[in-house]
Amino acid sequence: MRISLADPATLRTRVEEMGLLWGLVGLVALLSLLPIGRLVVEGLAPGGQLSATALGKVMASPATWTATWNSLTTAIAGTILATLIGATVALLATLTDIRARNAFTFCFVLPLMIAPQVTALAWLQLFGPSSTLLKLIGMAPPLGSRNPLYSREGIILLLGLQYAPLVFLTLRAGLRALPKELIEAGLAAGASPLTVLRTVVLPLMTPPLVAGIALCFVSSLGNFGIPAFLGIPGNFLVLPTLIYQRLAGLGPGVLSEVAILSLLIGVIAMVGILLQDVMLRRRDFRITTTSSAARPFELGRWRRPVEIGLWSFAILVLAMPFLGLLSTSLIPAFGVPLNAKTATLANYAYVLFEHAASRRAFVNSFLMSAGAATLIVLICVPLGYFIVWKKSRALRLLNLAAELPYAMPGVVLAIAAILLFLKPLPVVNVSLYNTIWIIVFAYLARFLVLGLRPVISGYLQIDRTLEEAAQIAGAGLPRRLVTIIFPLVAPAAVAGALLVFLTAFNELTVSALLWSSGAETLGVVVFSFEQGGDSTYASALAAVTVVVTIGLMASTSLFAQRLPQGVLPWRD
Amino acid sequence: MARLTIDRVQRSFGSYLALDDVSIAVEDGEFLAVLGPSGCGKTTLLRQIAGFDKLDGGRISIGDRLVSSADIHVPPEHRKLGIVFQSYALWPHMTVAENVAYGLTVAGVRDPERSQRVSEALELVGLNGFAERRPGMLSGGQRQRVALARCLVTEPSLVLLDEPLANLDVHLRASMEEEFARFHERTGRTMVYITHDQAEAMTLADRIAVMDRGRLLQLATPSQLYREPANITVAGFIGEGMVLPAAILSTPQAGSCNVSVLGIEAVVRCRPDQRVTEQAKLCLRAGDIGIASTRYGGLPATVERLSYQGGHFRMEARPAANRDILLHLDVAEPSPAQPGETIRIAIGDGWIIPEGVSLDKAA
Repeated sequence: MRISLADPATLRTRVEEMGLLWGLVGLVALLSLLPIGRLVVEGLAPGGQLSATALGKVMASPATWTATWNSLTTAIAGTILATLIGATVALLATLTDIRARNAFTFCFVLPLMIAPQVTALAWLQLFGPSSTLLKLIGMAPPLGSRNPLYSREGIILLLGLQYAPLVFLTLRAGLRALPKELIEAGLAAGASPLTVLRTVVLPLMTPPLVAGIALCFVSSLGNFGIPAFLGIPGNFLVLPTLIYQRLAGLGPGVLSEVAILSLLIGVIAMVGILLQDVMLRRRDFRITTTSSAARPFELGRWRRPVEIGLWSFAILVLAMPFLGLLSTSLIPAFGVPLNAKTATLANYAYVLFEHAASRRAFVNSFLMSAGAATLIVLICVPLGYFIVWKKSRALRLLNLAAELPYAMPGVVLAIAAILLFLKPLPVVNVSLYNTIWIIVFAYLARFLVLGLRPVISGYLQIDRTLEEAAQIAGAGLPRRLVTIIFPLVAPAAVAGALLVFLTAFNELTVSALLWSSGAETLGVVVFSFEQGGDSTYASALAAVTVVVTIGLMASTSLFAQRLPQGVLPWRD
Repeated sequence: MARLTIDRVQRSFGSYLALDDVSIAVEDGEFLAVLGPSGCGKTTLLRQIAGFDKLDGGRISIGDRLVSSADIHVPPEHRKLGIVFQSYALWPHMTVAENVAYGLTVAGVRDPERSQRVSEALELVGLNGFAERRPGMLSGGQRQRVALARCLVTEPSLVLLDEPLANLDVHLRASMEEEFARFHERTGRTMVYITHDQAEAMTLADRIAVMDRGRLLQLATPSQLYREPANITVAGFIGEGMVLPAAILSTPQAGSCNVSVLGIEAVVRCRPDQRVTEQAKLCLRAGDIGIASTRYGGLPATVERLSYQGGHFRMEARPAANRDILLHLDVAEPSPAQPGETIRIAIGDGWIIPEGVSLDKAA
């Protein structure tokens, strides 16, 4: 386009818009493409030289293949378990007339928002010979016996429980979009509700179900907290814990090898995502009509048993472990039975006020999560503007790129960040390695998409003439963003920020590889307490994070009315 | 105040021509209505004038300033015009006064002048006392007035109105119509009013541009449009015109000629250069025809349907000479004939649709 004829004001507007657009393109590329690209380069050319030595070494190591096999079996079995639980619960809670649906959704989705390592810790406290809770009722296994959760089956069980909400959420979103006519037409044709479920509902629900399964598989594959707590003590290693051990044991010298290992996880994750794509392409699942959601099936006399079943399940997987966690956090030393005489808050006092690293971790985790959430909102509001309203092609591609660091398991990004920042930054000669800034960078890269999705659905629900009216009034893009657009997408942006904050606040996978003394996160401190045998401190600290998480989740009911539907997973 | 010159503008979306060589010159201070069914290109045209979309070809100038061409695109924020949106587009997070003041703030106008002008604008639309309310607390008509005040306060020389009454109930429409007319009279601004409602366009506009499928079909005063449609589409679209095949029997004299239609002869209006032909098209309005006063004059037709319109009936009848044609006419109460009965219809007036100007050749 020729701009020679444009007047100065027009020219300034164009420079402002183009500057903002390309600034965003550069930023997203920096956060998503650069780390992944750096990792691939390291895999092909370790240390800058094309060589297959590291590759050969990794491929020849039996540990690599044992860990790969363990990763695959736990991820697949965990996904199957999560799918069975999540799909059953989604069908029951969405299609039938059970009561207190909102409360149930909140409780069922809660495990997803709680850190996997906290879940693992809680379950460990529930079983095993030293279980405070089992001792309380005199059912603890004899001393010296192994905690049954320190096993492949234990990991599978917890992965299944942790990620069942993922399948639940995707399937529920799909069920809500299913037009009621399709179900009613089936019923009118004389089919029983179960036949309609089998022949109409489930076939149409293939896309969300498959998407949920793929998400679940990738999450299970990349999970670090659960196999770290349940696998490392019994030397049962999966790829993320293998990478952790290699890196922790030998330092940065093994970078090329762990780069190859993390690429291996990346490839397996990609295969999972591609399989999903292939499965969905084979048939036409498009739903043509749109109407209100289906009227719930009446369960009749089965309603009460189903409600009791659902709630006891929620209590079993939610309340029991956390009672275990709570009871362990209240005893003076691991193994001491809990009663009115022994109960103490000393562990809380210790982790909150005395232990230096733990106190630091609170400040670090809080500031890094809040900082990442704030920055991500500041990036996502203009980014969403260009993606949704300006339909910028460059940015739509980058939208996909932004998904990459989140779709990839966390260790992949962590290794990529180490590779990027091990050497001081060029030009400014500042090193981010061993500072909190490398973790902040990783948070920005990994959680950008968590903030972006709610903002995009926010934009889709706003009448664009509101922006056009401001444009007609003479306001340039920067002013419109501040005075009109930001206030309008604020509820969705706050929801996104909250998701980012909660996820980062509870995160361990990335920081386990990137932390350094002075830059500890809560996840890291809980992990090192537990590894050092201080289960009581670990439990107390974990209990505090759970309370903070639930408190923040519940606080969203304050502005829930102004949110687009479906941006917060725990809101119905 | 400013002229608006739209010169052979073109815009296509893929293979679909949304604007096909449209030219309209709007005079300074004129009230122009752009009328057409949905999908006719009127909204695309408005977005081009406002600058929300870019042109493929042609030029748009506001006053002497070229704002759109294939090479030049002045962004909306620098076009200095006003728009009243169909959805009102009031910012929900601002009060009424803040909504109205926005354009002034952007232009660098500060208090006390700003608050002075805001209260004047609110006064003008009869909303003083509502300044501190939020738009969410106002009725549809009040919101429309706020949108109007917001658009006026910066005194744009050109005001675009995008179906501003479409979201109001019938009763409110009439009073808002009056409001727009009074406002135009008082301020003398050039106004372009987009609508699909012909009654609205006829009431308000100095001239009407009728559009269909991306093309301008006719640009004329409301009366001309009604009395002398330029082509079959306009004839059918405006005032439910009936288009009949007719043969012209005489050269025009004083704007009229003799024609033969459905087996009878009639005197109708036509262009002074209308040539004698067997292939003419005659446009009739319901008011142009009536029941013949004599028993033998007029053309015989069978009554097919009567629908009561309050005070009179709309009668539909099929002429004996051509069973494919359905005529409609207004008859007084009580109805002179019932469905199934035969009546005789007299043609009192009509208009020969000019040839050559027909834009329907592509249709």
